[in-house]
Amino acid sequence: MSDISLPPLSLVPEAFHVPSRWSQGPVVAWLLVIAAYVLGLVVDDYWFNAILIPFLIMAVAGLGLNLLTGYTGQASLGTGAFMSVGAFATFNLLLRAPQLPLPLSLIIGGLFAAGAGVLFGLPSLRIKGFYLTSSTLAAQFFLPWLFNEYGWFSNYTTSGAISAPRLEFLGIDLSTPAGRYFLTLTSVVALTWLSWNLVTSQVGRNWMAIRDMDTAAAVAGIPIAFNKLASFAVSSFVIGIAGALWAFAYLGTVDSRSFDLNRSFTVLFIIIIGGMGSIAGAFVGSAFVILLPILISRISATFFAGAIDAGQLQNLQKILFGGLIVYFLIREPNGLVALFSKFRRRLSQWPLKA
Amino acid sequence: MSDVLSRLGKHLAVAAAAFTTISFGGPASAADAAKQYFPLATFRVGAYASSGIPVWAGEIDYFRYINEVEGGINGVKLFWDECETEWEVEKGVECYERVKAGKNGSPVPIFLPHGDPISKALTEKTVADKIPQITIAYGRTESIDGRVFPYSFPVVFSFWSEASSAVNYIAEKVGGKDKLKGVKIATLYHDSPYGKETQVPLALLAKTYGFEDIQIPVPHPGNDQSAQWAKIRQLKPDYVFLRGWGVMTPVAIKTAAKTGFPVDHIIGGIWSGSEEDVRPAGAVGKGYLAVTPFPAGADFEIHKRIKENILNKGLSDLKDPKSFGSVYYNSGLIEAIISVEAIRTAQKKFGVRPITGAEAQWGLEHLKLDEARLKELGADGLVQPLELSIKDHEGGGAGKILQWDGDKWKIVSNGWVKSDRELLLPLIYERAAAYAKEKGIKPRSETEVVN
Repeated sequence: MSDISLPPLSLVPEAFHVPSRWSQGPVVAWLLVIAAYVLGLVVDDYWFNAILIPFLIMAVAGLGLNLLTGYTGQASLGTGAFMSVGAFATFNLLLRAPQLPLPLSLIIGGLFAAGAGVLFGLPSLRIKGFYLTSSTLAAQFFLPWLFNEYGWFSNYTTSGAISAPRLEFLGIDLSTPAGRYFLTLTSVVALTWLSWNLVTSQVGRNWMAIRDMDTAAAVAGIPIAFNKLASFAVSSFVIGIAGALWAFAYLGTVDSRSFDLNRSFTVLFIIIIGGMGSIAGAFVGSAFVILLPILISRISATFFAGAIDAGQLQNLQKILFGGLIVYFLIREPNGLVALFSKFRRRLSQWPLKA
Repeated sequence: MSDVLSRLGKHLAVAAAAFTTISFGGPASAADAAKQYFPLATFRVGAYASSGIPVWAGEIDYFRYINEVEGGINGVKLFWDECETEWEVEKGVECYERVKAGKNGSPVPIFLPHGDPISKALTEKTVADKIPQITIAYGRTESIDGRVFPYSFPVVFSFWSEASSAVNYIAEKVGGKDKLKGVKIATLYHDSPYGKETQVPLALLAKTYGFEDIQIPVPHPGNDQSAQWAKIRQLKPDYVFLRGWGVMTPVAIKTAAKTGFPVDHIIGGIWSGSEEDVRPAGAVGKGYLAVTPFPAGADFEIHKRIKENILNKGLSDLKDPKSFGSVYYNSGLIEAIISVEAIRTAQKKFGVRPITGAEAQWGLEHLKLDEARLKELGADGLVQPLELSIKDHEGGGAGKILQWDGDKWKIVSNGWVKSDRELLLPLIYERAAAYAKEKGIKPRSETEVVN
């Protein structure tokens, strides 16, 4: 809990350099994208429903929060709330405006979330750090309450649950596991590309200047208010689409509880562990937070089931996972991505001593 | 540097070995293929672990009883493994995906999600995979309509039946349903989709019987309720129907005692009616009532059999022997009995062998547990008489009223208190039809044989 607002200076990874558009990074990224599409053709339901889809969606939620917290330096605990806005807005668009194509519904759903983000981001013009966190915390309590309180948002179902009316685009049924994976992957690729272009452009440099020292940025002529709110808007847009995908491409049926404070914390941990102010960090962090517990659980189920008391075994897994988090954060406080780039640097000089 | 590389290489080798073992599993044993696989989604860690642990004990003890004493279901023995969900939806979905293909050649007959969000997320997935999910006393109420929800089984007692049974018990107390007119019933509910679920049926029942329906929300988690109970004191309801969750229940009981509201006029809902809910309230909890489909007590015939053959032989999964016969232990027992009987019913049609999900669905939709059968099972009074059909995945709809005597629960209702299902079902079907329309589902016909 005390990690929620790191002092702004520690957000700067060591040997920070402004990413350039034509380094080898994008080549690797596009190769990964192609590999991900190919992967979608060969794996089974388990990989889609339990591994790939939640990993990608949480990565993109982390990406959204990273734009706000990692790049602009605005702490937020409202991620779950903005996800719920995206989910409920998309649900109502799909239901009440069935003529809209699916991608457009997702985008408009994201725009609603962006609107909510701007609204709850307004206090950022006056306050910073912990105080801003409590303002976004208000969003986290208010918005899910709103969706629960007024039945209209969930079309008056008895259980307050929403469920995607249809998932199809250009006549293709996207409700199969593979269809939902390709829908998720395509959205993730588009949003990552958008974010990459933003952070490597003037806008991204403005955001980083505000993060590093907003007074200096103001002196340099960067409009602070506009950039902070733009960051809230873009971040919430990305998070809102992640919320809609979480609801409809991953779970299928959700209610307002699916986007509680724990969801916000999970996303925050993803970027802290993965790496603040890094696009790859969101993906690495999501892999760590979402996939590592599954791996630990499968290993223990294969080797230790029956040998150790079931409850003890579960607790031991928790201890191991917690221990790994502590270990990696001590090794590299700037996240796993920094650890990787350190390793790459050492590898490039090998066999010379670094 | 080279030692870093060699270390990395070693890590990779370990990881690769782990992956290989996981993906290919152990050697498939032919013996397992003749047994019935039954995966258990459990939560032994996390916020709700303390209430979950006795549930699995009830389930596992009954499975062991079936295997050890009865030699399996018609000779087909059960085997199971556990997957930890922490009551969290992502982990639950992962567990479901992990086990759904069966194990060592034995298929999954039934999945018990044990968690409301998990069951909702599985609504469509279970249809695609043809594996029925049983959600006793949680899940979507509309899924009672099996024409629209073919693989969801909110067997026994929905939240709507819970509300109606509570009202009918109050009617018994005041001297009949015609005396309900003018009675004030305040519902103190956890402000969440779960808590709001009884608003619609209570409004309908209030209109039908003329009692006054007061709804008071308690925000999560509910550890301060002075405002709500001040309001209750001002409104002076005759009964309070407490639909709590977690810490909300003991706090409500304590605050009621503090504000002078008689505790024996509070009726807790299903998830406010366990030992774990009322014990933290201390001495003031004495007299507190609860409506439940899981009657507490260790005096049922099946408990004697399990005690003799499982507990006394040290085969029980119970950590704390005091929990034997508790509400949660009995809920696991009830779930296991219904699952086993559904498999047995399916075996009658499809043959005595491990049953698939689609076959178990048939078994569930043709499950009939009458008084005579329940007596044979030793579950007379523990499980209510049930008869399921395509149109009715609930089948029972009755609860018993428990009263806390300061140390344990006592059953105070005269047998099962039935709900007004004939009044509620049309509304439930209407909502199921609306869902079908929203999702573009063509409901099955009532007579259709699906396989």
